Amino acid sequence: MARKKKSSFKNNKIKKLEELSVIIREEIIKMLLEAGSGHCAGPLGAVEQYIALYFGNILKYDPRNPDWPERDRVVVSNGHYAPLLYTVLSYAGYFNKEELKTLRKLGSRLQGHPSRLSLPGIETSSGPVGEGLSQAVGMAIGLKLSGIKSQVYCLMGDGEQDCGNTWEAAMLASKYQLDNLTILIDRNNIQIDGFTEKVMPLEPLKEKYEAFGFKVLEVDGHNIEEIINALNKAKSIFSKPVVIICHTIPGKGINFMEWEYKWHGKVPNSREAEEALRQLRNLKGKIQSELD
Amino acid sequence: MLNPELNLNLDFFSSPVKKSLRDGFGEGLVLAGEINKNVVALCTDVTDSLRMHLFKNRFPERFIELGIAEQNMIGVASGLASTGKIPVVGAYAVFSPGRNWEQIRTTICYNKQKIIIVGSHSGLNVGPDGASHQALEDIALTRVLPNLAVISPADALEAKKSILKAIDYPTSVYIRLPREPSIILTTEDTPFEIGKSQVFWLPSNKEQFIGVTIFANGLLVVEALRAAQELEIEGIGIAVINNSAIKPLDENLVLEWAKKSKAIITLEEHQVAGGMGSAISEFLSAKYPIKIYFMGVNDTFGESGTAKELIEKYHLDSESIKKKVKEIIRNN
Repeated sequence: MARKKKSSFKNNKIKKLEELSVIIREEIIKMLLEAGSGHCAGPLGAVEQYIALYFGNILKYDPRNPDWPERDRVVVSNGHYAPLLYTVLSYAGYFNKEELKTLRKLGSRLQGHPSRLSLPGIETSSGPVGEGLSQAVGMAIGLKLSGIKSQVYCLMGDGEQDCGNTWEAAMLASKYQLDNLTILIDRNNIQIDGFTEKVMPLEPLKEKYEAFGFKVLEVDGHNIEEIINALNKAKSIFSKPVVIICHTIPGKGINFMEWEYKWHGKVPNSREAEEALRQLRNLKGKIQSELD
Repeated sequence: MLNPELNLNLDFFSSPVKKSLRDGFGEGLVLAGEINKNVVALCTDVTDSLRMHLFKNRFPERFIELGIAEQNMIGVASGLASTGKIPVVGAYAVFSPGRNWEQIRTTICYNKQKIIIVGSHSGLNVGPDGASHQALEDIALTRVLPNLAVISPADALEAKKSILKAIDYPTSVYIRLPREPSIILTTEDTPFEIGKSQVFWLPSNKEQFIGVTIFANGLLVVEALRAAQELEIEGIGIAVINNSAIKPLDENLVLEWAKKSKAIITLEEHQVAGGMGSAISEFLSAKYPIKIYFMGVNDTFGESGTAKELIEKYHLDSESIKKKVKEIIRNN
């Protein structure tokens, strides 16, 4: 009852975005079932970050003019989140939603990992993790050199914090005081071989980035409003790059996928997909953050 | 004789003038920066060594020092290119394209962002620093990547022209530079194009031509020319091509001279596997099979020594070339 009461105070906009987060999860499940391979847990857990960016009045973008020089840049460093990126781009109007079911098929523009030249709205071809931040830093420097006041968002996983290249880039971002750079880390605690803290301990992650010269914000990664607030706050921080650590649950919304690292690089069979969709339907409009 | 059509430096045998290819590159980079305001330069703690300080002093705001971080350098260059800049990234070839090969593959070549990669200290001529710093694999690493041209200039003037041409070239370019200064073989008026190689030495008369053509690159072009000149005195005529165009290969020129020859020698300061000789061999084995003798480094690392000592020890000097030519004559 208390839960319901609190929700009623939320503005309509956030509620609509929460509904969208369920729809996008349904699309991801359908896409992956159709494709027969791909990544499940990560994309399902990061939906709210993408929604906040693309539909929370954060990003400057124009699907009819994807190369608009003044656009904000979104660099997806963890290219295996492609199903989520594609779904969000299609809902943002970059291409027809019908095309989502061609994921990973021969001749499709929806390559297994994002291919910049194939699809509008994609800033970098990615897949090999750990190099997106370098590219985002290069963009942020390039935009400053050109006098363009656009923001660069780098979406990263937590597993790729293992990569040395990530920290090389972090040092440069700090050296250049790139306040036009915001990193979102999907802190879902899993990677292919297991839990991050067992595979390669990352904590204290916040302090690591602070030591590298970043302003670090932490949010509940399933609370869209909180993510939007953090993204707005990040825009107002000067002379420092910002990291927003988004604490998320891998496989969020589907009980047999949540916290199961085995679902990192696995897709549901038709029975599992049916069950996943049933659970998501029951959640419709009710995906809740842990803090609600 | 030296090809009279190329405006080569005719005095280089009699009064050789040496200049580092890195100096030529550094001067060319400043010029490129003056011509095109989008040119930016990135370096990894070897700025003076690559003569990039010339650009840094002239355009400080367009120079980015990354520290010892070659992987980051490539990603950053990719990001800069996406905003309309033309990044020129400098490092030692062992580290770039050595250490950062996957970043070049994904963020530059697959991502189709145009940059210019300058790998210095390639080959045995790196000398006393030893095997760890002598890149003998960089041609193999780069020529397998789509959307990347590969060139190996032979002297300082060609190095200067390389960077200027690379700025306007439609794809990314890898420019291979040695450490050791080289004799200036060309003049400002010698033509230079990416994808075009040139016949530097022709037999003085056709009757003397014994049907051996040497395809060489980098510092070894001088060795090949020296061998050609000395062989000519003995009445043995050969041809020497400065095969600066490794990818794309100058296929017309290679085919033309293969057809004129009985045998080909490829000569490079690189592993035989995957190098310039491999590129020529891949092309000719399909188009015009002909006997090829590969002179290069054969599946070993280098070692410390002077450039001269190493070139001799690994049988890439003019004496070894002469010996090889005579061996070919004996066996045919």
